[in-house]
Amino acid sequence: MNIAPPRSLGGRILVAIAAVVVLLILISAGSWLWLKTTQPIVSDPPPGLLSVLTEPIPDGPNADLIRRGRYLTIAGDCASCHTSRNGRPFQGGLGLQTPFGIIYSANLTSDRENGIGAWTPEQFFRALHDGVAPGGKHLYPALPYPHFTIVSRSETDAILAYLKTVPAVHYAQPANRFPFPLNIRASLIGWDALEFSPHSFHANPAMSPQWNRGAYLVEGLGHCGACHTPKSILGAEIHDQAYRGAAIENWVAPDLTANPRTGLGRWSAADIVQYLRSGRNAHANASGLMGEVVAYSTSLMSDTDLSAIATYLKSLPPSPSHPSPAPEASAMRTGSAIFFDGCTACHLGGGRGQPGMFPPLQGSSVAQQNDPTGVIRLILAGTRTAPTRTRPSFQSMPSFAWKLSDQEVADVATYVRNSWGNRAPPVDAHEVAAIRSKLNLTHPLTRDQR
Amino acid sequence: MAKTMPKVDVVLVGFGWTGAILAQQLCDAGLTVLALERASARTTPLNWATTFDQDELRYMWRHHLFQNVKYSTLTFRNNVSQKALPMRRLGSFLPGTGVGGAGIHWNGQIWRWLETDFKLKSHNEAHYGKQSTAGLTLQDMPLSYKELEPFYDMFDRICGTSGQAGNLKGAKQAGGNPFEGPRSAPYPTPPLPMTYGPKLFEQAAASMGLHPFPHPAGNLSQAYTNPLGMQLGKCTFCGFCEKFGCGNYSKASPQTTLIPYILTKPNFELRTEAEVLKIERTPDGRHATGVTYIDAAGAEYFQPAEIVALTAYQLHNVHLMLVSGIGQPYDPATGKGVVGKNYCYQTMSSVDVFFDDKLLNPFIGAGALASVIDDYNGDNFDHSGLGFIGGAYIAGMITVARPIEMVRVPDGVPKWGLEWKRAGTKYYLRNMAISVHGSSYSQAGNYLSLDPTYKDQFGRPMLRMTFDFPDNDLKMAKYCTDRAAEIAKNMGASHVRPKARQGPYDITHYQTTHNVGGTMMGASPADSVVNKYSQSWDVPNLFVTGAGLYPQNPGYNPTGTLAALAFLTADAIKTRYVKALGAPLVTA
Repeated sequence: MNIAPPRSLGGRILVAIAAVVVLLILISAGSWLWLKTTQPIVSDPPPGLLSVLTEPIPDGPNADLIRRGRYLTIAGDCASCHTSRNGRPFQGGLGLQTPFGIIYSANLTSDRENGIGAWTPEQFFRALHDGVAPGGKHLYPALPYPHFTIVSRSETDAILAYLKTVPAVHYAQPANRFPFPLNIRASLIGWDALEFSPHSFHANPAMSPQWNRGAYLVEGLGHCGACHTPKSILGAEIHDQAYRGAAIENWVAPDLTANPRTGLGRWSAADIVQYLRSGRNAHANASGLMGEVVAYSTSLMSDTDLSAIATYLKSLPPSPSHPSPAPEASAMRTGSAIFFDGCTACHLGGGRGQPGMFPPLQGSSVAQQNDPTGVIRLILAGTRTAPTRTRPSFQSMPSFAWKLSDQEVADVATYVRNSWGNRAPPVDAHEVAAIRSKLNLTHPLTRDQR
Repeated sequence: MAKTMPKVDVVLVGFGWTGAILAQQLCDAGLTVLALERASARTTPLNWATTFDQDELRYMWRHHLFQNVKYSTLTFRNNVSQKALPMRRLGSFLPGTGVGGAGIHWNGQIWRWLETDFKLKSHNEAHYGKQSTAGLTLQDMPLSYKELEPFYDMFDRICGTSGQAGNLKGAKQAGGNPFEGPRSAPYPTPPLPMTYGPKLFEQAAASMGLHPFPHPAGNLSQAYTNPLGMQLGKCTFCGFCEKFGCGNYSKASPQTTLIPYILTKPNFELRTEAEVLKIERTPDGRHATGVTYIDAAGAEYFQPAEIVALTAYQLHNVHLMLVSGIGQPYDPATGKGVVGKNYCYQTMSSVDVFFDDKLLNPFIGAGALASVIDDYNGDNFDHSGLGFIGGAYIAGMITVARPIEMVRVPDGVPKWGLEWKRAGTKYYLRNMAISVHGSSYSQAGNYLSLDPTYKDQFGRPMLRMTFDFPDNDLKMAKYCTDRAAEIAKNMGASHVRPKARQGPYDITHYQTTHNVGGTMMGASPADSVVNKYSQSWDVPNLFVTGAGLYPQNPGYNPTGTLAALAFLTADAIKTRYVKALGAPLVTA
């Protein structure tokens, strides 16, 4: 299967100009927006969303089509982006933080004016397959149409049939906050010409049906690469680095390749299924953005599909290992003391953790990502394990931002990344400061109660 | 004019342990359930994270998790000849407030009553004659240990209780409590490992022919996933359990065992900052129509419900019954009436134990880290000629060594100055306390009523507590404390200081938050407020949970039994009451 879009020779000159423009934007306004973005420490599940995704669909004329459509909607994790905090299911309006600006997700409810109520199946297919909305309006690739392009017409028809049953919410999302010229939709013509070509899924006859099913889900509706694949300066996935992990919204979407240190090399296929089903396994807990993926998508998928996803992911060749300079002894000494005081209550001595409850840090791929953004963020902001139907607990890691200095966070991160056989580049206090400035954290002790 | 809200099947007044149990059970049965909680929503990471939880000044001394007397208090007197005054600072007991209630700041000591505790009056009179209960107003429970056992077991499975069974289906088990009633299953997790202090107690007790066993603990010995999929972590012995929330999910609480599961239910709703003022009834008074509550902005609401359940703390449940005019208030002068009757407490004594030559490192502690003997509890020993009934469990316990509270020095050391500092430093790591956790039996003059003088912030009469220790209980305390002191001496202690509880009851110093009775359950409306299913005799669609159901308090922490009773109540509602709405489950 070839998922790298073919590029036309003629388009290259045109898009090279666009690339220069975008580069300039990045340096000026774009980087300012990037720095000003903030996230909540703990996001609450939007009210009613899980019910909408799980309540039985009553028998009726199109019940089977609608049920299939809802399952595919779940497989595509449409709900996570298209439901804003405290918003009604699928009403849109969630601000997605991109390096280029903030883009607000669209209303997917059956509302005829703002939602998809008036869309035809053909129009809906074109949006997912070609990235073009009704009226010829080019969509921003925050809607991952470079992945959805392989979704079949019969499946987009089913998804639309389901979305048309979602109660209408008369709501229009705010205007996107993009600098010129990205705020002009025509700029996307250049992007598409460079980075995207509509195509279909072609099964690899050399591989098993299960592997092909996994490939179809991971590359298509699952759009895993949208977070887990490093991006070019233009925000497009770098295909020869697929699934090697990338920073996103002050998190790191970890390496999913077979690399034993940073990737899924130590995970069995059953481990992957357990993680996607319950949000936790012997290696890691799902939280943050992946927590949403598990809560509103994978935990609601069939065992067959989760096994297929695991089979495909386990086939990804390992990413190259990066050289890692040895940490300074003084950082390790300080980090060790902080770890003993602050971390062992849950992660236990030796970083062995309480598998399934609090993740082990020994051998943790999250801890050993080359990019320390994720580790720094976890220590500064804390996080919450995604509650799922089989595991409704939302055990959380508290914020340490109020209690540890940048240097202390760097030292304990360095210690965790280089103890018990772990190995990853040491963390510098400046890296911590940079991430701290992007997180809008409140002091926990200023909260009071009646 | 109160705004009327959409009707629900069940409204819960308060959202602590019993509210959460009813919510889980009744939501799973398909009923729509609304919980009204007077204070705020609380979660582990935001309210008591490990990064700031172990703060003795904030949580213990400044009462951060407890009911704030500025908003809610009661009046107190020792006996009817006194004028009661409002408690302006909590002392001997510390009720909680907010989601999770006192289930957040409890120690996690999970006990069952003895089989004889369920038929306390008849058992004692049969063995020791009618005069043994003279002066006391004891009553039998309307149900047996055997009937409650499946629900005790359910609570153990929810909590993941760590312990060693002493009686499995009638077969005695080595290392457990030989006096306990038969358990249908072992504890879900093994007992906590004993540290040095409890180990010394265990060895001393065993050498005296007593039967030590590990305290049943809601501080878990290992990670555990309960039948609802809720997960708890391994206890780290930080020692900040009682009066603190647990930051690393190892203490069983409504938050760690039930509430996140309940929140996934579409037929459940929680409203916080919603204080219930009154239970409303039909004009004939025989049916509850719902409750009136007030929100934080002062707006009033009427919440209609098919079933009203009082799931607040015992004191508040009694208060709501009284201010709503349900049931006949108890009058100690005539002995008539039942609401507020048989208020009891817990008769807490202790023995301070000091070692010159042993380092106990008591900062390694947990809420239920103890070796215990039950040889002197209930009627586990012959009371002939002792002049009292009842007893206590005796526990060599190290819950913690909080640095402000627990600087203990032997007798003879000055109370301040250099000598005190030297002794405090020396004995900080060399002392422990043996807890003598005694029964509290009802007598005619101890009761709860409405205060004739003081009103609360909503204009309702405050609850008035009238209580002092009965002679029976003080004699019990002396006897059991002497037994504990004998064990202390056998531990090789250098100094032993027995502190048997003495009267009069003093509300200013912490003893325990085990307030019980006032809405007791019984076999007939003449002598109780509710039937064995916690259903009001007067208003059949009103249910009352909690320790208020106890006609007296055995020598155990109340949470295990009140939780089991809540599971039994939920079972009766979902299997029987919903099929005959408004009908009494027991014919009077």
